[in-house]
Amino acid sequence: MAEEDLFQSDHPVSASEDEGDGNEERRHSQLLEAVSTLAGRKRRKLAERTEASLQVSEFNLSCEGAGEKLVLPELLGSIRASSSLGILKKQLNRVKQKKSVELPLSKEESERVVREAAYNKTSKAVAKWEQVVLQNRRAEQLVFPLKQEQMRVAPIEEVLTGWKTRTPLEQEIFSLLHKTQQPVTDPLLTPLEEASLRAMSLEEAQLRRAELQKARALQSYYEAKARREKKIKSKKYHRVLQKGRSRKALKDFEVLRKLDPEAALTKLEEMERSRIEERMSLKHQNKGKWARSRAIMAKYNLEARKAMQEQLARNKELTQKVPMEPEGEEEGNVAGEGLLPDSINEVQPSTDGANPWMLGKPSSEAKDSGMQEDPKDPRESVAPEDAGNEGEEVSEEEILLQDFEQRRCTRQQAGSPEPKGAGEAEEEHLFVELLSNVQTDPGVEQPAQGPEGPLLSEQLGRLCTPEDIDALGQEEGAEEQERPWPTGTLQESEEEGSAGGGHTAKKAPKQKMINLQAVLAGESHVIHCPAQPVSVQDEEEEAADQRLVIKEAFAGDDVIADFLREKRKVEQAGKPQAMDLVLPGWGEWGGTGLRPSTRKRKRFLIKPVPGPPRRDQHLPHVIISQQRNILAAAHQVNEVPFPFDRRQQFERSIRAPVGPTWNTQRAFQKLTALRILTQPGHIIQPISAEDASPQSTMPTRRGGAALAPTPQHSRHHQRPHKKAR
Amino acid sequence: MRVKVLSRNPDDYIRETKQDLQRVPRNYDPALHPFEVPREYMRALNATKLERVFAKPFLASLDGHRDGVNCMAKHPQSLSTVLSGACDGEVKIWNLTKRECIRTLQAHEGFVRGICTRFCGTSFFTVGDDKTVKHWKMDGPGYGGEEEPLHTILGKTVYTGIDHHWKEPVFATCGHQVDIWDEQRTSPICSLTWGVDSISSVKFNPVETYLLGSCASDRNIVLYDMRQSTPLKKVILDMRTNTLCWNPMEAFIFTSANEDHNLYTFDMRFLESPVMIHIDHVSAVLDVDYSPTGKEFVSASFDKSIRIFPVDKGRSREVYHTKRMQHVITVKWTYDNKYILCGSDEMNIRLWKANASEKLGVLVPRERAAMNYNQKLKEKFQHHPQIKRIARHRHLPKAIYSQAKELRIMREARRRKELNRRKHSKPGSSPFVSEKKKHIVAVVK
Repeated sequence: MAEEDLFQSDHPVSASEDEGDGNEERRHSQLLEAVSTLAGRKRRKLAERTEASLQVSEFNLSCEGAGEKLVLPELLGSIRASSSLGILKKQLNRVKQKKSVELPLSKEESERVVREAAYNKTSKAVAKWEQVVLQNRRAEQLVFPLKQEQMRVAPIEEVLTGWKTRTPLEQEIFSLLHKTQQPVTDPLLTPLEEASLRAMSLEEAQLRRAELQKARALQSYYEAKARREKKIKSKKYHRVLQKGRSRKALKDFEVLRKLDPEAALTKLEEMERSRIEERMSLKHQNKGKWARSRAIMAKYNLEARKAMQEQLARNKELTQKVPMEPEGEEEGNVAGEGLLPDSINEVQPSTDGANPWMLGKPSSEAKDSGMQEDPKDPRESVAPEDAGNEGEEVSEEEILLQDFEQRRCTRQQAGSPEPKGAGEAEEEHLFVELLSNVQTDPGVEQPAQGPEGPLLSEQLGRLCTPEDIDALGQEEGAEEQERPWPTGTLQESEEEGSAGGGHTAKKAPKQKMINLQAVLAGESHVIHCPAQPVSVQDEEEEAADQRLVIKEAFAGDDVIADFLREKRKVEQAGKPQAMDLVLPGWGEWGGTGLRPSTRKRKRFLIKPVPGPPRRDQHLPHVIISQQRNILAAAHQVNEVPFPFDRRQQFERSIRAPVGPTWNTQRAFQKLTALRILTQPGHIIQPISAEDASPQSTMPTRRGGAALAPTPQHSRHHQRPHKKAR
Repeated sequence: MRVKVLSRNPDDYIRETKQDLQRVPRNYDPALHPFEVPREYMRALNATKLERVFAKPFLASLDGHRDGVNCMAKHPQSLSTVLSGACDGEVKIWNLTKRECIRTLQAHEGFVRGICTRFCGTSFFTVGDDKTVKHWKMDGPGYGGEEEPLHTILGKTVYTGIDHHWKEPVFATCGHQVDIWDEQRTSPICSLTWGVDSISSVKFNPVETYLLGSCASDRNIVLYDMRQSTPLKKVILDMRTNTLCWNPMEAFIFTSANEDHNLYTFDMRFLESPVMIHIDHVSAVLDVDYSPTGKEFVSASFDKSIRIFPVDKGRSREVYHTKRMQHVITVKWTYDNKYILCGSDEMNIRLWKANASEKLGVLVPRERAAMNYNQKLKEKFQHHPQIKRIARHRHLPKAIYSQAKELRIMREARRRKELNRRKHSKPGSSPFVSEKKKHIVAVVK
């Protein structure tokens, strides 16, 4: 409203253009005033100046008017029309847009800002060492002092440019060189040499040479093989080989017929031709000198007869028309072969059931379990290798051939094979095993033990020391104990043992056995104890029922006996073994069936030192494993140390030896190189930008990597190289 | 018939010249050399035992000072020369090979607070309690001549430490502020201040030579930049830092010796927490010096012992002490990485081997190979309990031993208390603070 009023009141002032209408205007305003009073509003009076004042305003404005403030737009409104005040208006606008200047920072604040900026800058500058530091920390070896003369091979051109002939000899040489137009400096090659170089590059030459070498090698291998095969005298072998070859030719022909009919046709013609030739010739018709001689022999000699028959068969085969069904022919051949499989069958029974490589073993040794368990025959280890080398194509013929050869081998080496003896030995061994099973089985009747027992003990007894014998006694005792013998017999046996005098060691385990049984008996009593409260009788009966059922179900397995057996086994295994160093044939007769004398055996049997007593010696129901060596445990690492993640990793680091006993000199030096190498009497200066240069040829050895953003440093390193004279 | 005979190529067994080594054919078949691990283990065990047998680090004691040795300086060019300043103002220059004093001069009235050599090794500077900085020539005056400094600068306040720039003729002193001086002028080029407290030591960075570190008695370590003539950052620790030393191979790493028995290795870019806390001393650590290889440092302590720490390990690898050595005030590691010098209260400077069992002198190649092998074996089997036990075994004086035990108990008690408190307070109200952060009070920008 006020604004409006002002506007209206201003109007007369601004309207200086039409001065003539002054009265009218005034009247109009009075009218307006009257109207506004009518509306009931109190009209603010314009203050009029009545007396002299300091605040003289051009526009008849005074500050008295209700304490109102002047607002800039109000003032600007008045100058809207006049264009001459435009500049002023713009200035005013600009003033209005500008903000006030902030207070200057306090001294501390400004210092802090400076410090922070400086710190950031410095830490950035220092960070350029990061790579160098990391590399030095990781380096395998650091050599101090860092500044060392680096040996370098100078290129020959460089050396020659700095070269000056001084002595007459040198001058002479140079004059000679110049005469032959030998280039002294770059490129160092005569035109001739260059041409020759261009003719064949090194790689090409190497490739060609390698090819030639390979071809030569292959040829020599092939020749060697052919020679070897040729040397084999066996006719059967060659026959089989021949057969294989012809079969292969046939197969090839089949393939050829499918792939290339024309070539096949020519081949067919060839075969036809050979057939014709065969028909023309008298070959294979048993007409020759050899055939006649055979014919004389044939009456008595099966071999000769067979050979003749074969000749005839061959003739027949060759004269047959070719385009007949090849497959049928083949089958016929296979069927007609007969001879070869027969021979195989002849030999095979001798090797049946047993390892053929064990044939050479004498029967007496076969009885010895220790020896029999050792199957590493050198022949066996060799044979598979041979097979592996030759058996590239696994065809029938190949297998046959191999079989054949192997058999030949065995025949040669074994001299007189004893298939029957070997078989016996095998059977015997099996029988013994079976017997042992039977004996350890608690459910089986005992009488079989009588005759077979000594056999068993003999086997073990050969290597046994008194301790072992003791252990054996224990075993017997335990078996006895399983049977429900009356205690009286036990005591008797005990007395017998004590009466033996020297067998005091035998006594202790027997006593132990008594204890064991006592314990077992006690257990069984507890189970069958009927003293129960009556109130829970039914439940108890039920439980008893259940127990009975369980007992019935597990009637077969005797847990306690199993445990005892297991314990015995563990005890046996824990005992130190005797070492048998007896060599047959030294100082006495050797050979199959001969045993070294007892004197000798006694002498070379090294008895073990009895170990410390078992910890479960007096604990019948416990097996304490003594696998862990307590004495060794003191030397063992019990947790994976820090830089390693896994146990295997650590073990691997320990396993690899570093000593010169296991490594070559060079490897040893490398493995034992020190991490930090210093030279006595040399001052080690702090690292500098030059040390951390990219020039270092051995970054792992020398402490230094490239400092990234220092181009000025890199200029330093381009010093002249050392000349190699 | 072909006769096969053994024939050998003479080249395989005949030497070309008499000087050649005899060829010893050797079969490396592992089957011929069984039990490699147990055998090497035994060798390692023996090597470890022998190392302990031969560990005799003490070499010499240089006596001649008439008061406690307060500061030492290494000669930058000569390994056999070392300088020391005593509490009575006397400076002595020693020859280590002859183990005798070659020059004595009365430098100051009262303590010699700091001593440093110029990078060229021709002169040295001392500061003392008499508010002076003196510049001396390394060579003594001629016969009958008087010991006079080249220059003497009279300051307004007491200077407590001095260090020389590594490449330029500029040195820095500290006292009420850090002053940087030109050698030719009698007034400092610039004075760096931050707060008002006495600064105990100032050190130039040997790699980025414009950087300075100082430690003040209001428990803080301040870094300065000489080029921008402004302090950079300040880190406040639990207790006062006595001195610091920059790593000569790693520009941004420095180690500070603190009153709270520990040493703190900082990365100057990340001052919020130290890289490593080195715990083992049982009393205030007074001085620290890096080995020139930057892999280890030696610290001197008020507990009458010096210890050698690997930079990246929290515990020391070696402790040296003798019956007569009192509070060790200053320690230096020589520039050839072989010896350690320590100056102590009872007026002696002691020379130690840096590697206690090292054989001094020339080694035959075979001997060196054997040493290297033994070293490698010890390293390989270091985790095995027996070897570890032997290698770690050290004798300590009873005072240190019992003190260490007590400290351990205290630490454990503190830990237990914290655990209990945590157990009985609202979850999350007492957060876990890592040991590294515990000792840092604040980092001021």
